[in-house]
Amino acid sequence: MSNSKAWQTICQTQDLVKHSGVCALLENEEQIAIFQTDDQQAFSISNWDPAGKANVLYRGIIGDENGEIFVASPLYKERFSLQTGKCLDDEQLAVTSYQTRIINDNVQVLI
Amino acid sequence: MSLHALSQPADKQRIVVVGNGMVGHHFVEQFTENDNYQLTVLSAEPRLAYDRVHLSEYFTGKTADDLALTTPEQYQKLGVDFHLDAKVVEIDKSAKTVRTAQGQIFAYDKLVLATGSYPFVPPIPGKEREHCLVYRTIDDLKQIQASANQGKVGVVVGGGLLGLEAANALKELGLDTHVVEFAPQLMGVQLDQLGGQLLRKKIEDLGVSVHTEKATQQIVDGEQCVHRMEFADGSYLETDLILFSAGIRPYDNLAREFELTIGERGGIVVNNQCQTSDEHIYAIGECALWNNFIFGLVAPGYAMAKVAAGHIQGETESFTGADMSTKLKLMGVEVGSIGDAHAKTAGAQCFTYQNDRDVIYKKIVVSQDGKNLLGAVLVGDTSEYDTLLQYALNGIELPENPDSLILPSSNEKPSLGVDALPDSATICSCLNVTKGDIVGAVDAGATDIASVKAVTKASTGCGGCAALLKNVAEHEFAKRGLEVKKDICSHFAYSRTELFHIIKAEKIRNFDTLLEKHGQGMGCEICKPAVGSILASIWNDYILKSDHLPLQDTNDIYLGNMQKDGTYSIVPRMPGGEVTPDKLIAIGEIAKEYNLYTKVTGGQRIDLFGARVDQLPDIWEKLIAAGMETGHAYGKSLRTVKSCVGSTWCRYGVQDSMSMAIFLENRYKGLRTPHKVKFAVSGCTRECAEAQSKDIGVIATENGWNLYVSGNGGMKPRHADLFATDLDDATLVKYIDRYLMFYVRMADRLQRTSVWLESLEGGLEYMQKVVIDDHLGINDELEKQMSAVVDSYQCEWKTTINSPEQLKRFRQFVNSDKTDTSIQFVNEREQIRPATITEKAASGLLIDTVTITDKSDELTPA
Repeated sequence: MSNSKAWQTICQTQDLVKHSGVCALLENEEQIAIFQTDDQQAFSISNWDPAGKANVLYRGIIGDENGEIFVASPLYKERFSLQTGKCLDDEQLAVTSYQTRIINDNVQVLI
Repeated sequence: MSLHALSQPADKQRIVVVGNGMVGHHFVEQFTENDNYQLTVLSAEPRLAYDRVHLSEYFTGKTADDLALTTPEQYQKLGVDFHLDAKVVEIDKSAKTVRTAQGQIFAYDKLVLATGSYPFVPPIPGKEREHCLVYRTIDDLKQIQASANQGKVGVVVGGGLLGLEAANALKELGLDTHVVEFAPQLMGVQLDQLGGQLLRKKIEDLGVSVHTEKATQQIVDGEQCVHRMEFADGSYLETDLILFSAGIRPYDNLAREFELTIGERGGIVVNNQCQTSDEHIYAIGECALWNNFIFGLVAPGYAMAKVAAGHIQGETESFTGADMSTKLKLMGVEVGSIGDAHAKTAGAQCFTYQNDRDVIYKKIVVSQDGKNLLGAVLVGDTSEYDTLLQYALNGIELPENPDSLILPSSNEKPSLGVDALPDSATICSCLNVTKGDIVGAVDAGATDIASVKAVTKASTGCGGCAALLKNVAEHEFAKRGLEVKKDICSHFAYSRTELFHIIKAEKIRNFDTLLEKHGQGMGCEICKPAVGSILASIWNDYILKSDHLPLQDTNDIYLGNMQKDGTYSIVPRMPGGEVTPDKLIAIGEIAKEYNLYTKVTGGQRIDLFGARVDQLPDIWEKLIAAGMETGHAYGKSLRTVKSCVGSTWCRYGVQDSMSMAIFLENRYKGLRTPHKVKFAVSGCTRECAEAQSKDIGVIATENGWNLYVSGNGGMKPRHADLFATDLDDATLVKYIDRYLMFYVRMADRLQRTSVWLESLEGGLEYMQKVVIDDHLGINDELEKQMSAVVDSYQCEWKTTINSPEQLKRFRQFVNSDKTDTSIQFVNEREQIRPATITEKAASGLLIDTVTITDKSDELTPA
């Protein structure tokens, strides 16, 4: 594990879809789902749905439960926290979450 | 050499647990809230406890981490001192210490042996050959996978429960799979002879070869494969991989060597508190012999863990044996066994039901006086298992004709009301939760299933009791007058019908306004699509407009039907199933160009599968250029109007059903409804279009049209009700307008017209009063609303391909033009289908690789 994480600019805010998700490809060929919840707020998690076993999470509906913001998988509706990546319906499941920020219209992810 | 744990604070009792399987871990969990004990776990395996019950899922994509029951962090947090790869080799009973192979010494006040069992390998010459394996640990699975990579044929020795699970794993790995059993039948412990025969037939139908009454004499080099197994009867079988699953033996060598009492045929003898012959040493799980019996299931092991932990902490519970009834699915075949399956009890009477067509076998074993259920065998259908188990466990008196419990569709099948269950009835056997525990949870304030589950932990193990739990809990809610809430979700304290009225009355045009005025939070996957659908029904905006886009569900949001691999299927509209040769050719050419799997649907149109999200706009551009439009196959909306050719061509047709079908489909296309809606129009009473199984069915008569409503095929078929007869064209359309709009207004989310009608007070008669007699005085409004929707129709795909902003959304990646390489297809019957996980692994896409044959591993019926 290297601990030299750095902020990478993935795309611009106009590439995002408000209150919904888009998908981006990292250099290591991993896919991440980026959700814009507000003008200045975005979250990123891995795009791979561990329950449905397909790269689809960015196409899910976002919502909240008791303040926890989640995306519901479009395949079988498991909900994953956008903050922690944990599955709210099955303790055994989780996806990687990435710190994400918007700076001057640049969407940056800590990788 | 070093001394561990001697330096612990003296006031804490030191407990050393040897073994960290499921039972050992369950024992540790019993101490999570007690600070008076210092736990040390010594495991010979390189990893902490994992789920062995679901081990085979390792081959279908679960990783070792997925199967893990705990993590080093969790154990650290609990203050558990754990050591992996730490095999205990010595017990010093007088000094009260144990020593590991590495020479570490641990002192204990109480020692707990949870060493489990190992697979029994029969003493067959050749059993040590390479690729002769067992099925027990994750490391075993890794070896099996590696071996399977190099071979084509696999044999499991042993046709018991575990053997068949292992066979399933080999099948999943793509091997030509055989089961070799010494006894004359499969699962001889749980099933009787007939049940075993049926199970065999079912398993053979799935492509696994079963060989019974075969005693393997030796294993030698094969000619076609790695091994040849030679049987006592002179026959032989060639295979590349042999898996032994011929039963388990307790891991009792440590206890044996250091002189704890051992049973004649192995197993560490324990009393009702799970203490061995040394009172400071306990044994639990599959290494323990209680009442001369070893329990090879996890639930009794958990019970022992609880009893031992309780005893150490000063409680007085006893282990009193465990029910060995089982219900499981082997390769998709349902199998259940309860109690005295072999009818060994003196005077027992049997009732059996056998159905060779559907391959179902059921037997119940009843006491001599006919009052109690002693046992049961179920193969092919275990739907009665839960009820039968309750009868058996609780001694509930049987009905006069006990066979009525297993006979199909007998009209008055006695249902065992949950009220009849005593408080002591076990509801969840994994976590030993009784009906009394559930009643207690409700008494203590639980008001929904989720909180009952959270408090009691019921149904959090295998989940098999979920339906029973729901029944019991809801019955208790109802008894206490707790209203079952109709709120759509936590964001709106309204039902769908109420939301419809609010949106309509206040002329609300988007979700944010509704949320601000009448809701809270952000919304969720329940309320968003429901509100999206209501907004579309009332205002009929383009559903991907930025206000509405985030509300759309899986299919609507990309205007396609998402398949299991994340690709989409595409259905152009084909009203009434009518299509010109030119359009058919165009569809064919487009399907060919994009290599789409092509299938005719039940609704008389054509479905094109396997399109990536980034291909959708191109494909639709071409379909639209060829004169087609979207079929709304993705929407909760009108799907198709199925039809026969009617009087135009048919010798028997009495009306032009084709024209009517096309008219109706074009009129209602694009209408968003609470659930999907299907129509059909038949040209005569022969009913070739099967209109009586549709939401709206129209059947021609000499004098006009008969209208049928609220029929349904699918999961719960319902015959449509005759609503009105001999209607002229205009009246027919008027009634359908009103009926559909009333449905849109009143139904719950995702409620089909069939369920809706049945839930409506007054039923069909009330509906007729509303639609025909204008009982509520709303028909003008309903018609107006419908014509507004009809007039504002647009082809959503045409709008989409003309919008650059929308087209951006269909890129796979915002930062790359690459496509999703995890989507892969293989060919089957000259077309594509999604590659299975195993096949993807074989192509090197996933890290673990396995070999595959051309046999699909998905032929198992769902």
